[in-house]
Amino acid sequence: MRDLFYDLVRRNGMAVSIYLMLAVSIWVFLLIILPQLTMLDYSFRFNLPPAKIGGPEDVYTLEQYRYFFQGSGASDGINTLDIGILFKTLFAAVFVTVFDLIICYPVAFVLAKSSAGAKARLLVLALIVPYWINEILRAFAFRILFGATGVINETGMGLGLWDTPIDFIREDVALYAGLAYAYILLMIFPLYNAIESLDRNQIEAARDMGANWWQVHAKVVIPYAKPGIASGMTMVFMLTSGALAAPQILGGPSNLWFTQLVYQWFNSGGNWPRGSAYAMVLLIVCIALVLLVMRLFKVSIGEIKQ
Amino acid sequence: MTKEISLEHVWVEFGEFTAVHKANLNIAGGEFFSFLGPSGCGKTTLLRCISGFQEPTRGKVKIGGEDMRGVGPNKRPTALIFQNLALFPLRSIADNIAFPLEVRGVDKKTRRKRADELLELIALSGQGDKKVSELSGGQKQRVAIARALAVEPDILLLDEPLSALDLKLRQHMRTELRAIQKQVGLTFIYITHDQGEALTMSDRIAVMNKGKIEQIGDGKAIYDHPTTSFVASFVGENNVLEGTVLSNDGQKMQIDAGLGTPFTVESHPAGGPALAPGDDCHLFVRPEALRISKDESSINQFESNFVTEEFEGNMRHIVMNANGKDLKLSLINDGTNAIDANAPVKLDFAPEMGIALKPGELASA
Repeated sequence: MRDLFYDLVRRNGMAVSIYLMLAVSIWVFLLIILPQLTMLDYSFRFNLPPAKIGGPEDVYTLEQYRYFFQGSGASDGINTLDIGILFKTLFAAVFVTVFDLIICYPVAFVLAKSSAGAKARLLVLALIVPYWINEILRAFAFRILFGATGVINETGMGLGLWDTPIDFIREDVALYAGLAYAYILLMIFPLYNAIESLDRNQIEAARDMGANWWQVHAKVVIPYAKPGIASGMTMVFMLTSGALAAPQILGGPSNLWFTQLVYQWFNSGGNWPRGSAYAMVLLIVCIALVLLVMRLFKVSIGEIKQ
Repeated sequence: MTKEISLEHVWVEFGEFTAVHKANLNIAGGEFFSFLGPSGCGKTTLLRCISGFQEPTRGKVKIGGEDMRGVGPNKRPTALIFQNLALFPLRSIADNIAFPLEVRGVDKKTRRKRADELLELIALSGQGDKKVSELSGGQKQRVAIARALAVEPDILLLDEPLSALDLKLRQHMRTELRAIQKQVGLTFIYITHDQGEALTMSDRIAVMNKGKIEQIGDGKAIYDHPTTSFVASFVGENNVLEGTVLSNDGQKMQIDAGLGTPFTVESHPAGGPALAPGDDCHLFVRPEALRISKDESSINQFESNFVTEEFEGNMRHIVMNANGKDLKLSLINDGTNAIDANAPVKLDFAPEMGIALKPGELASA
């Protein structure tokens, strides 16, 4: 820490260094670590009325976590509903992440390797501009798009492809599409950065040595872009599994996203400790899953930061 | 197996810009052929036409008599060695070398065996498991060659592969490349802007400028009997004098270059464009062809004054001034060529060492 500070001072001077250290410390400790620690603390407490907080009943407990696993029933019961929602959420988030990867890889590749200078900047701009629109507005736009009288149903029926409106909302198509769209830039840019730095000659060399297009990607581009892929997938997965707006607006009536459960405990349920416990469960499971996948594909965290 | 290559009226145009201007040539199987020219002369584009990364706008590229139009780089019997080598940094040396086999679905054991054979050829036996970054520049070079040879291509294309190496290594690799070529007996097509490389290694050289092939010939023909002003000034050092042809009888020419008595040179033996009396011409005399006159009056003699000298050990590079024109003079440092810096010095050259050509574009120094 001290060495880091001295190094900063040598490079940037005293004033800038103090500012940097303060800004980063405030960001990390005050805005990230402290609230999370408070949440963690909450999650191990009972939900008590304000009068009893700090009183003799305010002790640490595993009750909130027990509830997640066992529910309110008998002590040997299993909370299949909430656990089921967690797994459904994770599965959907993985699906959205993979879907984003499949869509974004070709776009990022073309952007990074085939278009030059002004054209590439224009394409990037075209990707960014839609994100000037608020996330909730975009979600509602998807709702309109996929609604019973929405553009897609109207067009489909107009062309005679189907007769009665398809309920895209109930079928979760709207939700998956909305989520895939919501964080797609976080997939494109890491991929673009990774592929962009790949020497074009590597691709041509592979071609020249007899590789077909599939092999060029499988054996040269993808191994090289692996850290970018990992970084994009991690971000999209984490944000998708933690998304709230899109599932609220686009989710089917019978279909809860895990974050909606957390929200319910905090908000309508008025049970902050249980909400905290659920949030912790989601966080830990997601991190574990990311680390596991990274291990499987032999990517280290150090590589990702590049 | 080696295959001959022919370029038939190959043009490459990028919009308004003509990168290759009607290239026409045949390269025999097993030949070491170089394209020599300054950067931007179209030599790399021509190489890309042969390897398949660039389709000619017009004309044909034939390999072994077969028209290559529409045949992708992965389907041609050529292997390209890139300027920066383009080794795969994430793969081991052996996996780099075996890459062409891997994409052809050859099994792991055979691949490893072939990689080991090639490692032996390039004198890197037992180093197959190293990473690319652990090798020196020359070793990487050899790995790139081995990788290109892995599937026994008919033609090896080399795009300035030595330009990133330091001088000593570059000279060493020249010999080595030539030896490998002799050993494997493949057609080598070599791209370079370094005339030393082209002259030492090649069977034949095509000198290019601005998309056009200026001259094709072996090193000696290119150096001793250039047919255009560009070739004369680009390949090797040359002094150029502007002059006028006084007479030309098909054997000898008389040229007035404004340095006193007219010079006598041989009419161009390589059959370059004929010069008639009254024509303007460029007269080229190599620095090593200029001599300090031993006699008071010899043929092609003129007076000059000492300007400066660069001492290189075995050679002395002297600049003399004759009638306002600086001339370079290279002398062997054998102690016999003392020059008086304060008095006019008489220089001369043999008639067969002067080359008179139609005035044309000169290579910029």
